[in-house]
Amino acid sequence: MNVSKRIYLDHAATTYTSKEVLNEMLPFFTEYFGNPSSVHQYGREVKKSIDLARDRVAKAIGALPEEIYFTAGGSEADNLAIKGVAYANKSKGNHIITTKIEHPAVIHTCEQLEKEGFEVTYLNVDQYGMVSLEDVKSSIKANTILISVMYANNEIGTIQPITEIAQIAKEKGIYFHTDAVQAIGSVRINVKEQNIDMLSMAAHKFYGPKGVGALYVRKGVKLISIIHGGSQERKRRAGTENVPGIVGMGKAIELAYQNFDEHNSRVKGLRDKLIKGVMENIPYTRLNGHPEKRLVNNSNFCFEYIEGESLLLNLDMKGIAGSSGSACSSGSLEPSHVLLAIGLSHEIAHGSLRLSLGEVNTEEDIDFVLQVLPEIVDRLRQMSPLYEKVKGGK
Amino acid sequence: MNLVYLDNSATTKPYKEVIDEVAECMEKYFANPSSAHRLGVEAEKKIKAAREKVAAFIKAKPQEIIFTSGGSEANNMAVLGIVSKCDHIITTRIEHPSIIRLLQDLEKDSFDVTYLDVDCYGIINLEQLAKSIRENTKLISIMYVNNELGSIQPIQEIVSIVRSKSKKAKVHIDAVQALGKLNINVRELGADLISLSAHKVHGPKGVGALYIKEGLRLRPLIAGGGQEYDLRSGTENLPGISGFGISIGLLAQDFQNKQMQVRKLKEYFVEGLKDFDKIKINSPLGEKHLDNILNVSFEGVRGEVMLHSLEDYNIYVSTGSACSAKKGAHKNYVLPAIGLDAMQAEGAIRFSFSYMNTIEEIDYTIDAIKKILPFLRRISK
Repeated sequence: MNVSKRIYLDHAATTYTSKEVLNEMLPFFTEYFGNPSSVHQYGREVKKSIDLARDRVAKAIGALPEEIYFTAGGSEADNLAIKGVAYANKSKGNHIITTKIEHPAVIHTCEQLEKEGFEVTYLNVDQYGMVSLEDVKSSIKANTILISVMYANNEIGTIQPITEIAQIAKEKGIYFHTDAVQAIGSVRINVKEQNIDMLSMAAHKFYGPKGVGALYVRKGVKLISIIHGGSQERKRRAGTENVPGIVGMGKAIELAYQNFDEHNSRVKGLRDKLIKGVMENIPYTRLNGHPEKRLVNNSNFCFEYIEGESLLLNLDMKGIAGSSGSACSSGSLEPSHVLLAIGLSHEIAHGSLRLSLGEVNTEEDIDFVLQVLPEIVDRLRQMSPLYEKVKGGK
Repeated sequence: MNLVYLDNSATTKPYKEVIDEVAECMEKYFANPSSAHRLGVEAEKKIKAAREKVAAFIKAKPQEIIFTSGGSEANNMAVLGIVSKCDHIITTRIEHPSIIRLLQDLEKDSFDVTYLDVDCYGIINLEQLAKSIRENTKLISIMYVNNELGSIQPIQEIVSIVRSKSKKAKVHIDAVQALGKLNINVRELGADLISLSAHKVHGPKGVGALYIKEGLRLRPLIAGGGQEYDLRSGTENLPGISGFGISIGLLAQDFQNKQMQVRKLKEYFVEGLKDFDKIKINSPLGEKHLDNILNVSFEGVRGEVMLHSLEDYNIYVSTGSACSAKKGAHKNYVLPAIGLDAMQAEGAIRFSFSYMNTIEEIDYTIDAIKKILPFLRRISK
């Protein structure tokens, strides 16, 4: 098999940086390389371009420019939001509500806080990965200071009822944070209309550069920084600004929402074709995540009786790049915490495959996947003694 | 004259090769290094190569290098990863804001901090250090080279004093301004933690590293997916990291010649300043100061006015450090610490060199100062 054609179906792990974004960034390496804090013209020019990027990010989510703080990425943004609010509001309370299916940047930060004396409620989700509003309401206590629920899940794509949860938080006077790393570019967001207090973003998930992200913090939210030092980012995030990265993020988010309808309807069409094809042609298969309320680019399946890792390897040999679980935990043998939370057993969770689509994918790509995937799954199942039994029992 | 950039301590111009590498990584090696597929594995190799280059340059092992988003994050990670409440921390009065302001915040939170004085050269007194070490001293954080003055601290002596006085105290060195200028050998220095930054060595912005001596346990600053040996979460900034590796690789070639070129520039500049009156060189030639930094007080002139006048000649310099330059509220604390009076501190200009600067550029700069200075002194009277 010729693998000269590579089919990239791992856009939820990361996207390539688009040509337009890269071109926007390059002058900031060559010509405008100054330190934005420098008083001279070299610094001032660069400062202006950071302001423009900030305007673009703010506009994309309906925020004010002064509410956008650039970070080194989504994980730092999550850490900043949660630790920043927890430490700054200790006098008001020490209880945080989040879910069992958050990104590790949220879960591990909460676990760290638990060791320091904070109390954390991890909400269950239903079989589709959906949080119940009743559960949110009933977990609120007098000492609750923060609710953090991810906008859309990175593994199974389920989109949470963010507006409703934020409304509950607002009524109770509790800060609401959402990790929107996977949602930007796939969902229309307006932080003001939706009453979101804090929102995390990462540029490399929407064709922007790696190493840059942002946290939106509504004016008036009490938050302390986690990286102290120079007065960059209005004293909330010290360190010489990653100027090319920030410029690239501004351009990428602008493009993401300029081409929003066209891009997303095309990707959704391909994704629906993929899901339909897989579910119709491969028996003993389960679609993980919500059937409708899911990211347009996400598909996640469990194939019973096989190991996700061997499936990935076989797909890779055919030139198809997919993922089992999320990229950041793929090095571990533990089954995904998200799949366990939606009620799957360890065995079934091990056989999961996430195929996440993007701009570069074509009808032919999907046809090819639908041609080879059933063969691979079947071949791997033939090697499974368990599968033999199941078939024999029929 | 084309651009004369003498602000290399604020940030440097990235190498052409670095830019090419960054661009190529964005297009070709864009996969998530944690992904199991082939593209992810290729990306992971890029990071491995960069880690080896950075490690080799400071004689560390690759697994002792943790990539961060820059020097400030590395400094924060070193301090917050080590200290706990009620610990005693020793530092100096002339640290970078990412240490000073962090420690000032920690002081409000039941940490105990000692700020060591510096002499007129900007160097600490080792006896004062020895006396300050206590039972509960957990961390000594000292910058290798000061960003405004270029003063070089005697790190080896500092480490041996700390080791002789305490079993548990760790030593952190902010080497952001030393990297690529001094020969750094982590085995000889003996420090436990060392902060580095790429954009000060013709690498990209938004990437740095923390050297963590093998065996030392640290609490992560950014929790999450467990990248960087579980010490620094977040999808790796692969183009930045790889660009950092390239810049270190280029810097390492003919390193001694590069150092000599910078010495020549400073010697030449100092010689050229001899004819000026009412100036004070705050970072004289010699072992105590880095050759890359020439800090001069022009008495009777406000540094900022001087800076903008030089800008008219397309010469770019700095008053204090860039990160505090714009903040009137945060007064410069480094220059008063070496005993400068208000007038001298106000008239201070930092010229900071790269080995890429030329003698012609220095000539041109001295010439420009000759033209500017009498006029500025006249109007400020």
